[in-house]
Amino acid sequence: MNNAFIDRYHTFDFVRGPVVSAPVDVKHGVALYLEEVSVSFDGFKALNNLSLYINDGELRCLIGPNGAGKTTLMDVITGKTRPDSGSVYYGQNIDLLAMDEPAIAQAGICRKFQKPSVFDKLSVFENLELAMNAEKGAWTTLFAELSGPQRDRIDEVLDLIDLSLHRRQQAGFLSHGQKQWLEIGILLMQEPKVMLVDEPVAGMTHQEVERTAELLLSLRGRHSVVVVEHDMEFVRSIAHKVTVLHEGSVLTEGTMDEIQNDPRVIQVYLGD
Amino acid sequence: MRLKFFANDSESAAIVAVLAAVTLIIPLCNLIFPPGSPLYFSAYSVSLIGKYLTFALLALSLDLVWGYCGILALGQGAFFTLGGYAMGMYLMRQIGTRGVYGDPLLPDFMVFLDWQVLPWYWLGFDYFPFALLMMLAVPALLAFVFGWLAFRSRVTGVYLSIITQALTYALMLAFFRNEMGFGGNNGLTDFKELLGFNLQADSTRIMLLMSSGTALIAAFLACRRLMQSKLGRVVTALRDQESRVRFLGYRVEMFKLWVFVFAAMLAGIAGALYVPQVGIINPGEFSPLNSLEIVVWVAVGGRGTLYGAIIGAILVNYGKTVLTGLLPEIWLFTLGAVFIVVTVMLPDGLMGLWLRKTGRAGL
Amino acid sequence: MKLHRLLANIVKLLIFPALALSAAAQAQAVEPGVTVPSFSEALTALKDSPLSQRGRAIERFAQIRHPQTLTVLQALLKGNLFVLKNDGRLVIGETENGGYRLWQADTGDSLAAVESSRLDRINLTNRMRSQLRMSIALLQLKATDPEIRLNAVRDLGKNPDDETLSLLKDQSLRENDAAIQQALQLTFALQDLDSSDRALRLAALEALNRQTSPEALNRLRALTRKDANGGYPEQDAQVLKLAKSALVKIEARLQFYAAAETVFFGLSLGAVLVLAAIGLSITFGVMGVINMAHGELMMLGAYTTYVMQQILPNYLGLALLLSIPLAFIISGLTGIVIERGIIRFLYGRPLETLLATFGVSLFLQQTVRSIFSPLNRSVTAPDWMSGSWQVNEYLSLTWNRLYIFIFCLLVFTLLLQILRRTRLGLEVRAVAQNRNMAKAMGIPVARVDAMTFGLGSGVAGVAGVALSQITNVGPNLGQAYIVDSFMVVVFGGVGNLWGTLVAGFILGIANKVLEPFAGAVLAKILVLVFIILFIQKRPRGLFPQKGRAAEA
Repeated sequence: MNNAFIDRYHTFDFVRGPVVSAPVDVKHGVALYLEEVSVSFDGFKALNNLSLYINDGELRCLIGPNGAGKTTLMDVITGKTRPDSGSVYYGQNIDLLAMDEPAIAQAGICRKFQKPSVFDKLSVFENLELAMNAEKGAWTTLFAELSGPQRDRIDEVLDLIDLSLHRRQQAGFLSHGQKQWLEIGILLMQEPKVMLVDEPVAGMTHQEVERTAELLLSLRGRHSVVVVEHDMEFVRSIAHKVTVLHEGSVLTEGTMDEIQNDPRVIQVYLGD
Repeated sequence: MRLKFFANDSESAAIVAVLAAVTLIIPLCNLIFPPGSPLYFSAYSVSLIGKYLTFALLALSLDLVWGYCGILALGQGAFFTLGGYAMGMYLMRQIGTRGVYGDPLLPDFMVFLDWQVLPWYWLGFDYFPFALLMMLAVPALLAFVFGWLAFRSRVTGVYLSIITQALTYALMLAFFRNEMGFGGNNGLTDFKELLGFNLQADSTRIMLLMSSGTALIAAFLACRRLMQSKLGRVVTALRDQESRVRFLGYRVEMFKLWVFVFAAMLAGIAGALYVPQVGIINPGEFSPLNSLEIVVWVAVGGRGTLYGAIIGAILVNYGKTVLTGLLPEIWLFTLGAVFIVVTVMLPDGLMGLWLRKTGRAGL
Repeated sequence: MKLHRLLANIVKLLIFPALALSAAAQAQAVEPGVTVPSFSEALTALKDSPLSQRGRAIERFAQIRHPQTLTVLQALLKGNLFVLKNDGRLVIGETENGGYRLWQADTGDSLAAVESSRLDRINLTNRMRSQLRMSIALLQLKATDPEIRLNAVRDLGKNPDDETLSLLKDQSLRENDAAIQQALQLTFALQDLDSSDRALRLAALEALNRQTSPEALNRLRALTRKDANGGYPEQDAQVLKLAKSALVKIEARLQFYAAAETVFFGLSLGAVLVLAAIGLSITFGVMGVINMAHGELMMLGAYTTYVMQQILPNYLGLALLLSIPLAFIISGLTGIVIERGIIRFLYGRPLETLLATFGVSLFLQQTVRSIFSPLNRSVTAPDWMSGSWQVNEYLSLTWNRLYIFIFCLLVFTLLLQILRRTRLGLEVRAVAQNRNMAKAMGIPVARVDAMTFGLGSGVAGVAGVALSQITNVGPNLGQAYIVDSFMVVVFGGVGNLWGTLVAGFILGIANKVLEPFAGAVLAKILVLVFIILFIQKRPRGLFPQKGRAAEA
């Protein structure tokens, strides 16, 4: 803190321009490195020396019983929770622990929450407009006008999430499944490198689940996608590689078949 | 252009039209009709209406902060009062040797306290442009420092409300001290003239009313422009889902901070226009009760609509004038009841009721 | 008239030799085995002795143990001992309405009042006065009341001659009371400091180390003060050094007492803050309800005390004690009405409850203003709450603040026990942690809400009773405390009673520590600013609720 005042190159947050981080370096093929991360709440170890690597362009499913640390893991990656120890890197060059939530989001890591959280009072279109990958400073937004390509991009995403007909509707009036999709749309608008998707199909009908699976699968290759889900059917339909968390650390990793036949996983899920 | 600007927003158009009419017609009535005519507005009523307009501006500023950012600021009166003090200091300097003690250098209260020199922070207030700058800069600076600290460390909700209340309370205690050099208990009063115009003259009062009306209309249009921009949508979004907005990459604290600072400046202007019309500014204006009253104005009108705040401020204050005139005792009962009724039964205020009736939901 | 007095004097002269003889005999009679003159004989001698002999008469009279001895001597010293002109009786008189109120000197019985012209004062010389003072002090030394003994020791110690000193030394051998012993040692040490014996002086300084009295301090200051030439009046370097170190020690002790006093004032202010805030801590912390009418509920408690005192004007203490449960019930019921009538429609909307309850507070204020007038009412403190406890010369603690401190701890403990031990407490905590789950388990949530709010409000009423003892009772009483109480709750951490306690005491002490430097108002402002800044650093207070639940 003291150094901040002495350092002549230091500027305060409010005079600093938009955070411009160096482009992420993923030439080793890994988008996220989590190494020996521990988080504890009041003595309870939510994450216990967890190490996990997410490859560039990979679609990874995270499963695990309640309290395994899935949501905490996402909190750590997106900057909501500071780990007690360990390191979290985005590519080889960006230290996520040194950044706050907006900086991490702007660097290209986006998140869908467990509970669908869209902006109820804004229209579907406005929801997507806010999420759009553009400069996000206060002055810029005051004078921001949508350009033609930007409108096209929003229309494109509206088509993708099947909400074109509802573009003018207030998001608060959408059905649960539509809200889930709108939130996925919000993720897409941000054009992220890494997408963290927490329980995307909770409360969806069968058809909606299928469409969501299609959507997520179509993202593979362009984005690294991490999906947390309890619905095993859904996980099976999209998963290439599955990671099982248990008591705050990685229990095992593998394909769905390997996982389902692993006696430790069975024990964790079914008990003794 | 004009129609397009107010498309789907007849309420805004109506309020601007009404305000413009008030700003123009009341002065005309005062000038044209003789005293005694039913259309004549006395100097007293002109000042009274001018005062309502400054309150409406103050309410507008709170609506930005509360209605749009979701920050229930219980200290908006502090910015209003600071703006008022800046104006008061200018007016004090204009008294010159016409004070009771006739001291050419010092205001009366300083002579009374046996001070020898003008404190440094009074320097420059002889010049109107400097005073004008201070009316904006002082509230803005306080809002900036306070907001920067509070929003950056994510103080929200009730906690924020309580510390804004503590802020205005602390200022009140501070300004009550004679040592502060702002006239202590009595505040600043006995003003003579503003920019060379006699404050007692009808024409000056009319000018003040017109300035207040113009400032209010301008501020209303500016706020409306602000809230219809993308920034307005970000702010509305963060009111309901603050952390979600943060995860979209917006620096939420900066958005809140700038809106808070802008609102503080509006409140400062309101205070500056208020003081010459009532002729006094004292630390009582800092009292937490005053700031809470502003909240009622906005709540009655309906928050998050801008025009609701204006209507609420004028209605409640008109009610206050009438009721305190009739039966002083009854005013606090009424105010208390209004608080309760509005929060329990009319959470969106009168405008919310109106919008629902006309088939549109509030923001 | 003059003839009468002349005759009396002649008679006295005639019988004087006999008297003198018997006086000599009586002087020896003090020694064991010899008969002591009776009280009435000595009293008569006092009356009849001529001025030249009066000293001895006094001396002799003072040696008689009798309940009236001390009274008579004190009257004599004050010039209140008279001879009634008509019958020659010895009386004690005190001026009253231009005349004199009389008591019989030998029995203490009250007599009819008379005019001053009918009294002959028994006159004294200055020498006799000092002798009397000494005699009185000596008599008082034997008193059973330690306070009288202490005063006697202080009187005698002022400029003691050798005889007095030896008396005091005797006294110090049999004295058990620590404070008196301390005063005695002070006298000896101050005396020894003047002696020519160096060892004695050094020992005296050693003894002064343990003293705190102003005499010791002044003496040491005089001893160590530089004179105009920059030198010290004291030549002996060893003495000077010891004196300096004793001075430092005494001053340190005084500073300690000053600090103790500040802490006490701070704790007592803190106790008031805790009392004011603790009910709020329950409604705010446990229920998430911002009750802006909390201050007015305290005001109701204070007015309850006022009304009780009006009803029982002759039993102030009883009225105060009865006010405690009564205020709890009145404020508690008001709280329940507020909860049932307004707040239950606003759960989950904390900012709205803030506004609605503020409306309630305006309502209550105006109601009280209409009923009792806007003027402040003063509540009288019962005897046992007024005055102060004198710990030593430098430290005295006022009883009312001391009682409020203890009362605060009692209320706190009781509340803690209610929340921890009772069924209601269990239900309150359950509802606070998970409202829906509690509902599902069959806990009558609505009833628990009402009871919790009633409890918090009742405690506010009780706090009001305490406040009535230290401040004026008026319609604005609540407003004065509401910001402070919120500060305490927020500073301590919402939902944490211990946090409220610690925060209240810290803020109280901080206020009192700052006051001497900054003045009361500025101190308050500084504390407010400190809390505003503190909230930035720790938005959840000193003792935040931890865990995942708190994140939500």
